[in-house]
Amino acid sequence: MKYTVRKLFLSYEKEEKWINSMAIKGMALTNMSAGKYVFEKCTPGEYVYRIELLNYRTTHPESIAYINFIEETGVEHIASIMRWVYLRKKTSEGAFDLYSDLDCKIKYFQRIHAFYYSLMLLEFLIGVANLIIGIVNINNDGVVNGILGNINLYCSAFLFTLTLLIYLLTKPIRKKIKTLKKENMIRE
Amino acid sequence: MPENERIALTEAVYYILLSLFEPMHGYGIMQNVIALSNGRVNLAAGTLYGAINTLLEKQWIKAIQGDENSRKKEYQITDAGKDVVKIEVIRLQELVENGKLIIGRC
Repeated sequence: MKYTVRKLFLSYEKEEKWINSMAIKGMALTNMSAGKYVFEKCTPGEYVYRIELLNYRTTHPESIAYINFIEETGVEHIASIMRWVYLRKKTSEGAFDLYSDLDCKIKYFQRIHAFYYSLMLLEFLIGVANLIIGIVNINNDGVVNGILGNINLYCSAFLFTLTLLIYLLTKPIRKKIKTLKKENMIRE
Repeated sequence: MPENERIALTEAVYYILLSLFEPMHGYGIMQNVIALSNGRVNLAAGTLYGAINTLLEKQWIKAIQGDENSRKKEYQITDAGKDVVKIEVIRLQELVENGKLIIGRC
């Protein structure tokens, strides 16, 4: 019996937490595509899930080699979207962390931060472009033609909000990198 | 041995190199490191993957043909890798001796 849930997440951490809370309730994620999660019944707490951002797309040889390697250590590859992979491991096979040392953790959080940062920059630039088009339209027509005439301005307002949202969302990641770097000065 | 290779190894790399005095595949290394350290050091798969690739690049370990039935790649330490471990053991001995000496004085 398969159950499909439609849901959207901006934060991969919240997404991971939600998937894990479902697994604790006995619903194991078995497939996913953008915004659509497929669950199957499992023994409650049977699996632990991790979402990881890879360096390359999952079809890249480098990524394939990495996924093959971690699959040999008891990790199961469930699904992937672009550079994000959804992984799970049986709870009975021990803790499931992808990185156990500080250097690797720092590099990993920097990778995630760079991903969100480029997304933020893109939203911001498209927002600016929409703002300019919106202003030019108002100046050209003199009169704004109803709601549609202002569409670019609404778009830019939406995109600027999204930019701000991503900025706030990534704040904990920046803090984590800072703390880990400090830790790294005094321990291995 | 070149000067720049006289470095302090990370705990993970030290135990990976020690494990590979016998040929082993990735999962075997993880299990062996847990056993060696009495469960204290639990290598995560991503960290192990990165370390193995760096060690292969440095030629401190090499990939060998594993069982014909198994697709899993096995690794083994090289002579250069053994030299690195020997030098590291001497360095660690110095650390331990100095530690014991000074703590023993109090």
